[in-house]
Amino acid sequence: MRDAFEFVRRHRVAAVIAFLMVFPLLMPYHALAINILLFGLFAVGFNLLFGYTGLLSFGHAAFLGVGSYLTGIAMVHGGWPWWAAVVLGVVCAGVAGLVIGFLAIRTRGIYFSMVTLALGQIVYYAFYKAERWTGGENGLRGIQVPAVEIGSLRLDFLNPVTKYYVILAFVALALWFVSRVLASPFGAVIEAVRENDRRAAACGYDVARTKLLVFVLSALICGLAGALRALHLSIVPIDSLHYLLSGQAVMMCLLGGMGTFFGPFVGAGVFLTLEDVVTVFTKHWMAVVGGVFMFFVLFFPSGIWGTVIKRLERVR
Amino acid sequence: MEITPSLLALQLVTGIALGAVYALLAIGLSLIFGMLTVVNFAHGAFFMVGAFIGLYFMGLTGNFWFSLVLTPLVVGVLGLVTERFLVRPLYGRGIDYPLLLTFGLSWVLIEAMRVMFGIEGIPSSTPPELRGAVDLGIGFFPKYRLFLIFATAVVVLALWLFLEKTRYGLIVRAGSRDGEICKVLGIDIARVWLVVFGIGTAIAGLSGVLAAPTRAVNPEMGIHVLAESFVVTVVGGMGSLPGAVLAGLLVGIVFSLTSLFAPDLAELSIFVLMAVVLLLRPQGFFGKAGLMS
Amino acid sequence: MSHTPANLRRRRIVMAGTAVAAAPALFNIARAQGAAIKIGFPVPLTGAFSAEAQDQVRAAELAVKEWNAAGGHKGQMAELLVRDDKLNPGEAATRTLELIEKDKVNFVVGSLSAATQLSINAVTKERKVLFNSISQSDTINEAKDWSLYTFHEALNPHLTAGAVGRYAFPKFGKKVVYLTADYAYGHEMVRGFQRAGAGLGVQTLADIRHPLGAADYSAFLPRIQALKPDILVLCNFGRDLVNSAKQATDFGLKQGTKIIAPVLLYTSRQAGGADAFEGILGGTSYYWGMEDKIPSAKKFNDAFRKAYGGAVPSDYGALGYAGIRSVLQAVKDADATDSTRVSIALRQLKYDWYKGPQSYRKCDHQSVQSVVIVESKSKNMKDKNDVFNVLAIEAADEKNLRTCEEMGHKVTT
Repeated sequence: MRDAFEFVRRHRVAAVIAFLMVFPLLMPYHALAINILLFGLFAVGFNLLFGYTGLLSFGHAAFLGVGSYLTGIAMVHGGWPWWAAVVLGVVCAGVAGLVIGFLAIRTRGIYFSMVTLALGQIVYYAFYKAERWTGGENGLRGIQVPAVEIGSLRLDFLNPVTKYYVILAFVALALWFVSRVLASPFGAVIEAVRENDRRAAACGYDVARTKLLVFVLSALICGLAGALRALHLSIVPIDSLHYLLSGQAVMMCLLGGMGTFFGPFVGAGVFLTLEDVVTVFTKHWMAVVGGVFMFFVLFFPSGIWGTVIKRLERVR
Repeated sequence: MEITPSLLALQLVTGIALGAVYALLAIGLSLIFGMLTVVNFAHGAFFMVGAFIGLYFMGLTGNFWFSLVLTPLVVGVLGLVTERFLVRPLYGRGIDYPLLLTFGLSWVLIEAMRVMFGIEGIPSSTPPELRGAVDLGIGFFPKYRLFLIFATAVVVLALWLFLEKTRYGLIVRAGSRDGEICKVLGIDIARVWLVVFGIGTAIAGLSGVLAAPTRAVNPEMGIHVLAESFVVTVVGGMGSLPGAVLAGLLVGIVFSLTSLFAPDLAELSIFVLMAVVLLLRPQGFFGKAGLMS
Repeated sequence: MSHTPANLRRRRIVMAGTAVAAAPALFNIARAQGAAIKIGFPVPLTGAFSAEAQDQVRAAELAVKEWNAAGGHKGQMAELLVRDDKLNPGEAATRTLELIEKDKVNFVVGSLSAATQLSINAVTKERKVLFNSISQSDTINEAKDWSLYTFHEALNPHLTAGAVGRYAFPKFGKKVVYLTADYAYGHEMVRGFQRAGAGLGVQTLADIRHPLGAADYSAFLPRIQALKPDILVLCNFGRDLVNSAKQATDFGLKQGTKIIAPVLLYTSRQAGGADAFEGILGGTSYYWGMEDKIPSAKKFNDAFRKAYGGAVPSDYGALGYAGIRSVLQAVKDADATDSTRVSIALRQLKYDWYKGPQSYRKCDHQSVQSVVIVESKSKNMKDKNDVFNVLAIEAADEKNLRTCEEMGHKVTT
C-alpha cells in the first residue's frame, strides 16, 4: 500500500494520464468524459493560483472564455487551421492574465477576489457586445473540426473516442508542464508566498512578480482548457465568460482538494458526474448537489482527494 | 434626445429608490461580514425566501404591514439555525469555507422554494394603499418606490440606534473590533455572533418583502441580486455600515444615470465602478486595509 | 426488406456479420427489429423558463402517446428522451452529444431560447441528425446556421413582431418607443416591428436596450415617460416581460400609452398576475381560447385536458406537441427513420395539428403559420385559465416572412 502510494506520488503525471486513458470506459458517455477532462484542466489552472498561491480569484472564467473565443474566432472568421487557433487562444488568455493579474495583485484578501470578479465581468461584456465577432448572446457558431491531421495521421473529430484522446494528449502535456513548474525551485517560492508573503519578501523573493507569474501561468492553462472546449462543443457559449463558471472552478477545486495535484480533477469529475446523474433522476438536482457540497465543506474540509492523501499518510 | 432638468431629477430619484434596496441588502451582508468575517453567499437566497414568505403571509392575512413585520422574524430564525448548525463549525478555518457552505445552502434554499411554491414563481402586487404614481413636479413617480426610500431610512436609523445607543449594540461593536478581548471580559461572543447573523438575514428577508411588489417573485430572483449586493458592499468597504448605505445609493445613482445616457452599458457600469474604486482605494470607501489577507 | 429503414438495415447486416462469430448476438437482431424510434428532447427543465419547458414536455409526451396508440409506424413505437439543458448552451450541446452518441436518437426536437437552439443545431447539423426547433429565433433559418437537417416549428421574431405591429400601429398611434432586451432575439423583434411600421408611417422615438435578465427597469422608465409615446413596445421575453410590464404599470405609463409585446406568453401572464398585464396586447403562437374558432385546437385541448387533469396547454407546450407530431408524421410518409429521408418528407408535409394549416417553407424550413393577437384581461374571467381575449388571428402567409434571398439562401427549390 505504502509503496504503491509512493510510486503514484513520484510519478504523478504518469499516474494521472494512465488513469485518464481508461477513464472514458467508466463514464456514461464520452461527451461527459471530455467535459471532465476540460473542466479538470480548468480547475488545475485555477488551483495553481488558489491552492498553491492562496489567491482566490472569481474571474477565471475570463481566461477560459478568452481561450475559447479567440480559438473560435480565428477558425470561423480567420479560417485558421485548428492547431494555430488553439495556440492563439492560449496566448491571448495569457495576455489577458497578464493585464488582469497586473491590476489585481495590488489588492489583497477578499478585495482581490472582487477585483478579479469585476475585471472578469468587464471582459464578459466586451465579448457580449462584440456581436459581429462573437455572436453575442447567441454564442459563436460554425467551429468545425471534421478531421484533425497530425502529420500523416488523420483523426475524425466527430468520433467521440478519437476526440477524447486527441484532447487528452493536450491535457497530458499541460499536466506535465504544471508538474514540472511545481517541482522546480520556483514551485517552492510559490508555496512560500502562500504561507507568508511578508516572510518570502524578507527572504529576498519578489513577491509581486511571483504572484503575477503564477497568475499568467494559471491563465495559460485555463486558456488551453477553453480553446479545447471550443473544439469539443463546436460552439462558444457566452456563459464561458460568466462569473458563475469561475464559481464552478472554486467548487471543483474545494470538492477535490485544493493545493493537491490530483484534487481538481477529482473535484471536476465528481461535480460533473453528480450533476449529470442526478439531473436524469430528479429536476431538483440543485438541492442534491448543494447538499452534497455542504456536507463536504462541513465534514471533509480537505476535499475528497485531500482526505484520501491524509488517510494514506496516516497509514504510513 | 433632450435632457431636461426635470428628467435628470426624476432619474436621480429613481436611482435613489434603486439604491435603497441595494443599501438594505448590503447592510445585512456587511454586518455579517464585519462581525463574523463570513462572506454570506446565501444572502441573495435569504432575500428570495423573504419575498416568497412575505407573499405567503400576505395571501394568508391579506395584510401587507403584518407580513412586513412577520417575514423578517421568520427569515431571521432561519438565519439563526443556519449560523448555529452550519456556519459555527467552520469558524477558524478561513473565509473560504463559510463562503462555500453558504453557496451550497443557497442552492438548497432555491430548490426548497421551488418545491413549496412552484417553479414559475408567484404573482405579487402592490399593497392597495401604496398603488399608483404621484406627480413630484418633475414627473410621475410610483408611490411604492417613495415608500421604499422611506422604509430603508427607517431600518438604517433603527440599526444605528441599536448599535450606538444600546448596551447590546456596544457589545456587538466591541466584538467586531476584537473578539478575543470580549471573551476575556466574560462576554459570550458566540451568542453575539448568532444574534448578528440572525439580524443580518432578517434584514435580507425584509428587503425581499419590500422588493416583492416591484418585481417578479421567483426562485432565481436572488442570484442576480447577490452579485449586485457584493459590488455595493465592496465599494463601501466590507464590514462598514455607513459604507454600505453610501455605496448603495451611489451604485443606484450610477446605474440610473447610465441607463439614461447609455442604457446598454448600465449593467456594466457598476462593475466598472467597482473595479475603479478598488484599484484606486483597495479597501473600498470605509473598509479596513489588509482585511483578511 | 424494402420496408425496413435504411439505418436499421445497415445495423442488421453488421450484426449478422457479428452473429457468425458470436451466437448471443442473435438476440440483438431480434431486439433491433422492434427498436423504438428515439426522439431526443432537450429543454430547460430548470432555470428561468422551466414552467414553459415543463409544458413542452407534457405536450410532447401526449404527442408520442397518441402516435403509439395509433399503432406507431408498422409496429415501431416512438420514445421520448427528455433531457434538461438548464438553459445553458454548453449544457445543451453536451446533452445533445449524449443523445446522439450514447442514446443513438433518430431525431432531436426541443430547446427554449435562441442560444440553446443554435448550439443544439450546431451539434446536430454537423452529425446530420434532424433537429426541429420549438423556440423562436430568426437566426437559425439564415443560411449561415441552417442546414438540410434544420427545421423551425416555432414562430420567429420577424413574423410575430410583424403581425403585432400590423395590428397595433393603425389602431394606437405612430409614435413608438422600444424597450428591448439587448440580445439578438430582442433586436430581431425590433427589426420586425420597424419593417411592419415602415409602410404605415410609424416613427421610432427611441430604442432603449436593457440588459438581458434585468430585475429592475425603473431606471429606463423616466425617459420613456418624458418621450410620451403612443405605443411602448416591450421587446423582451418571459420574466423580463413580467418585470418590465409590472414596473411600467407602476410608473403610470399606461395612461396615454398603449403597451404591446411581440410575445405574450400564457405562462408569463399567469406568473405576472392580472394587474401587471392589464390591457397589454401581444402576439402568440397559440392560445387555448381559440378553440371555438379552430377545430384542431379544440381537439388538441380536449386531449390535453383529458391527459392532465383539466389543465390547458400553453403556447410553448403546443409547440412541443406540433414539433413531435410533424417529425413522426414524416417518418410515416418517408417510410424511414433516417434523418435524410425524414427531412425530405418533412419538407413536403402539409399539416394542421392544433392551430390551422401549416407547412415548412422549402428554402429555410420555417413553419409558415398563423399568429394570434391577444389582449390580457383582468375582468370577467371565467376561470384561472381565462386570461386573454383573442383579438385577431393573422392567417399563415409566406409573404410575412423575410424572403429566401434575404436569409442568404441562393435558390429556392
